Amino acid sequence: MEALILTVLLTSVPLIFAATGELVAERSGVLNLGVEGMMLMGAVSAFAATSILGNPYMGILAGAVAGALTAAVFSLFALGLATNQVATGLALTIFGSGLSGLVGAPFVGGTVEGLPNLAIPLLVDIPVIGNLLFNHDIMAYLSIGFLVLVAWFLNRTRAGLVLRAVGNSHDSAHALGYRVLLVRFGAVSFGGMMAGLGGAYLPLVLTPHWSEGMTAGRGWIALALVVFASWIPSRILIGALLFGGITIMQLAGQARGWTVPSQMLSMLPYIATIIVLVVIARNRDFALANSPACLGRLFIGNK
Amino acid sequence: MKTKITLSFGAVAAVASLALSALVGLTTVTAANAADKVKVGFVYLTTPGDHGWTYAHEVARQDVEKHFGDKVETTFVENVPEGPDSARVIRELAKQGNDIIFTTSFGYMDHTIKVAKEFPNVKFEHITGYKRSPNVATGNIRFYEGRYVQGVVAGLMTKSNKIGYLASFPIPEVIQGINAFGIGLRSVNPKAEVSVIWVNSWYDPVKEADAAKVHIAEGADILAQHTDSPAMLQTAQKAGVHGFGQSSDMKAFAPKAQLFSSVNNWGPYYISKIQQMMDGKWSTGDGPDHWAGNTWVGMADDYLVLSPFENMPSDVAAAAAKAAADIKSGKNKIFTGPIKDNSGKIRVPAGKTLNDGELFQTLDYYVDGISGKIPG
Amino acid sequence: MISMTPRKHIPLSLTLLTPAVAIFLTLAVGAGIFGILGFSPLGSLYTFFVAPISRPDQIGDLFVKACPLIITATGLVFCFRANVWNIGAEGQLVFGAIFSGWVALSFPDWPAITLMPAMVLASIIGGICWAMIPALLKVRFNTNEILVSLMLTYVAALFIDWLVRGPWRDPMSFGFPLTKMYSDAGLIHRIDVPFVGSLGQLHWGVVGALLLAIAGSFVLSRTILGFQIKVMGDAPRAGRFAGFKPHLVTIGVMAIAGGAAGLAGMVEVSASMGQLQPNVSFGYGFTAIIVAFLARLNPIGVIFAGLIVALAELGGDYAQIALGMPKVVTGVFKGILLFMLLAGETFNRYHITWRPSAVMPVSKEQ
Repeated sequence: MEALILTVLLTSVPLIFAATGELVAERSGVLNLGVEGMMLMGAVSAFAATSILGNPYMGILAGAVAGALTAAVFSLFALGLATNQVATGLALTIFGSGLSGLVGAPFVGGTVEGLPNLAIPLLVDIPVIGNLLFNHDIMAYLSIGFLVLVAWFLNRTRAGLVLRAVGNSHDSAHALGYRVLLVRFGAVSFGGMMAGLGGAYLPLVLTPHWSEGMTAGRGWIALALVVFASWIPSRILIGALLFGGITIMQLAGQARGWTVPSQMLSMLPYIATIIVLVVIARNRDFALANSPACLGRLFIGNK
Repeated sequence: MKTKITLSFGAVAAVASLALSALVGLTTVTAANAADKVKVGFVYLTTPGDHGWTYAHEVARQDVEKHFGDKVETTFVENVPEGPDSARVIRELAKQGNDIIFTTSFGYMDHTIKVAKEFPNVKFEHITGYKRSPNVATGNIRFYEGRYVQGVVAGLMTKSNKIGYLASFPIPEVIQGINAFGIGLRSVNPKAEVSVIWVNSWYDPVKEADAAKVHIAEGADILAQHTDSPAMLQTAQKAGVHGFGQSSDMKAFAPKAQLFSSVNNWGPYYISKIQQMMDGKWSTGDGPDHWAGNTWVGMADDYLVLSPFENMPSDVAAAAAKAAADIKSGKNKIFTGPIKDNSGKIRVPAGKTLNDGELFQTLDYYVDGISGKIPG
Repeated sequence: MISMTPRKHIPLSLTLLTPAVAIFLTLAVGAGIFGILGFSPLGSLYTFFVAPISRPDQIGDLFVKACPLIITATGLVFCFRANVWNIGAEGQLVFGAIFSGWVALSFPDWPAITLMPAMVLASIIGGICWAMIPALLKVRFNTNEILVSLMLTYVAALFIDWLVRGPWRDPMSFGFPLTKMYSDAGLIHRIDVPFVGSLGQLHWGVVGALLLAIAGSFVLSRTILGFQIKVMGDAPRAGRFAGFKPHLVTIGVMAIAGGAAGLAGMVEVSASMGQLQPNVSFGYGFTAIIVAFLARLNPIGVIFAGLIVALAELGGDYAQIALGMPKVVTGVFKGILLFMLLAGETFNRYHITWRPSAVMPVSKEQ
């Protein structure tokens, strides 16, 4: 059982990274559908840097930088030139998938030494949960660290308040003198960095090799997670564990001889997300407080 | 309103200018076709970087180039979806003067047949499928033979008596593989059980790794796979258990975990069919017109090759070598009765051996040693 | 600093110029990339954009490739015009294929004259049904249609996967995930051009797609429905004063988009596959979104945008055949092409100036 829970935890890490990043971008009012492309860029850069430099920690850095740079392409068009966000995000996924394949071609067939586990002294000795929670690689800790940081930033800091204001009404935020596009650029770049980290987790920990399209749709799941979490950071954790949990449950169920069609189980998270959407939309106060009203809408002009 | 009507003019202009230059280009393209080399085309479902199915075909294409040198010119198209795109790509390869075209995924079956009708002088080789026509031959490898040997090794190596198997989709080749594995397992170990997880994908490294972890968590100490990525072996290595590679030798990814890989060696098949065509002797094959294809051969002809036995005691390696030798010599036909299904019912009586057609038509059950039932 | 102000009137010269500039820039950037990768820049461009349509049958294939994009994007134009963000056309397309597939598989003995209309109708109903979920949730609960329609795309893909591998699988398919073949009456046939024969895979569905786009253009520009849609999109308040019902418009445009996507699913299966398989759409629903924007939300523009996007796809395959250029290069190039075309749209719609002084910002609901 412990091993199964561990599997759920690890398979959730890329989702937590990518979804937390996208949450920040969406909170600022930008819908970036290019998560899959940014994750792939993060994955390939992390793998390339690790194989060249022989140090997986450089891989983490490379993944983060690559993700942020890919996001900057999105910003250039969707923010700088006010192109439609949905179309630009889709284009970014096409672009990122292609570019990652191109960059990664020389690395196909290689493998690297992944990130080692860093047990936290004392805590790891706690019975039952010690090994489950405190014996992971650095990125697993980082994912939770970022989640906490984002929650604190959004709710407890002035900058977080500004970011949310920009997402809720860019016109009023602008009237108050905030630089809407700059805030959004920051949020989108952060989202890209996090997606890059999420992608990097694949070749650095989960499956230490590179191959084209290895994220296999996880970027899209991250997008669903943000909505499932109704834009509240802590719920990303619940959502990611739920998505990961259902995947693993479905696999473990098969190993134990369950006969429910796997497709039906795989549908559950998406249907749950729709139900969550309805529930939060019905609760007006909640919706007003948390869903960015300007999500996906264009903001033109700056000074 | 005016702007909305006029706005498409830019696009019109663009398309028109393209069409114009197209006319100019027409002559150049046809002129380039005049070459006396034999042109060979390949259509791939994914990219050779999958390390699995397509990679094996790409290795074989390179074998073809090595073997024939400048007598051939090969072209491949990767990432071709199994829809109308495949018909277009196959037709384009034919129009470009390819003399023989290998279409390497099941989903290209109908499209290959359709295009072949338009090009009676071009030879088509579809891998793998069950439809044929005068200029469409089908080739297939007896993948299950390698899985029997895997079963033998697994049965001798396992300490927990639990084997984890990753499967892609419940198609005949995959079911044959699972059952051959089970028969091999039972031949040396009466207690071990195989549990099968359907990943519902040929290629999803993270999900394959997850499924492998689930198997390990459930106690499996030997893993086998009928999916393409090396993720399962990498996971096995990390967890300190063993497994078998698929389609290509995956030793580089998990040198401590790989017992051996069943390697699809399409090279000899490609080379023989191209040679036949060069000699004007190409035919759809002598083999019976059965489900598997005109040509369905395996270890005896080196179409299926086992990579060196490693990470196992020498007596296990010897047993594996003997099992492989018996299959090669034809002494062991694998699907020879008595075969019991996993409920204990006799499905193949003693003395009878399933023929190739029956392997494709009658295996709707798991044999003894495999737990669960086939989905769908 | 850059400032952007929406143009009140888009001059014709600009409308003609921007796509040309966008394409020129893409070609320039593309040529640069090809050069860096060691391919001849001009030869590559030729292979990408000219060689794939240098024979009549290739032009036929171009239209075939564009067909599902044109049908789907025509429907999406209505949604996007009304500021309804349906990005789940992929799922609606799948449901159109499922519904029409049910008809084709259930009534294989019907003659084409009844079977074909029944399938068309079923596919439209299927697409509409799937589109009504986000539409009704939006109207009733004010949920975000972007996200609901996106989620439903995954559900649809899993659903058809289950159908084709499970209950609808042809028992004679040896376990392969395919339904029975449709009867001949359920297939869309190729067009026989006099003296030439068939042009690649050019089929009658393409004619339908072109007619649909023209009809869409007519509805949008000449009918009261089209007027309502545009008013609700551009100035919802004015629309409400005029007595238009926003909810009805939302439901209406979602129905149009869903129905069109469903139809595209039916055409794709009946013309090119002849049976249902786990994948009936290869991202058409998403690509159609890009097509709709490249077309500047104009149904006639959709025809050309669809052809351009299809050409980039064809060019990618062709570049592999002719130059051995890896498919990933195509992806990069396609991405750049889309970025440039989208950016061109901005230059078209906004007056962009470099100005040191502050300009009043304008925000547009899109």
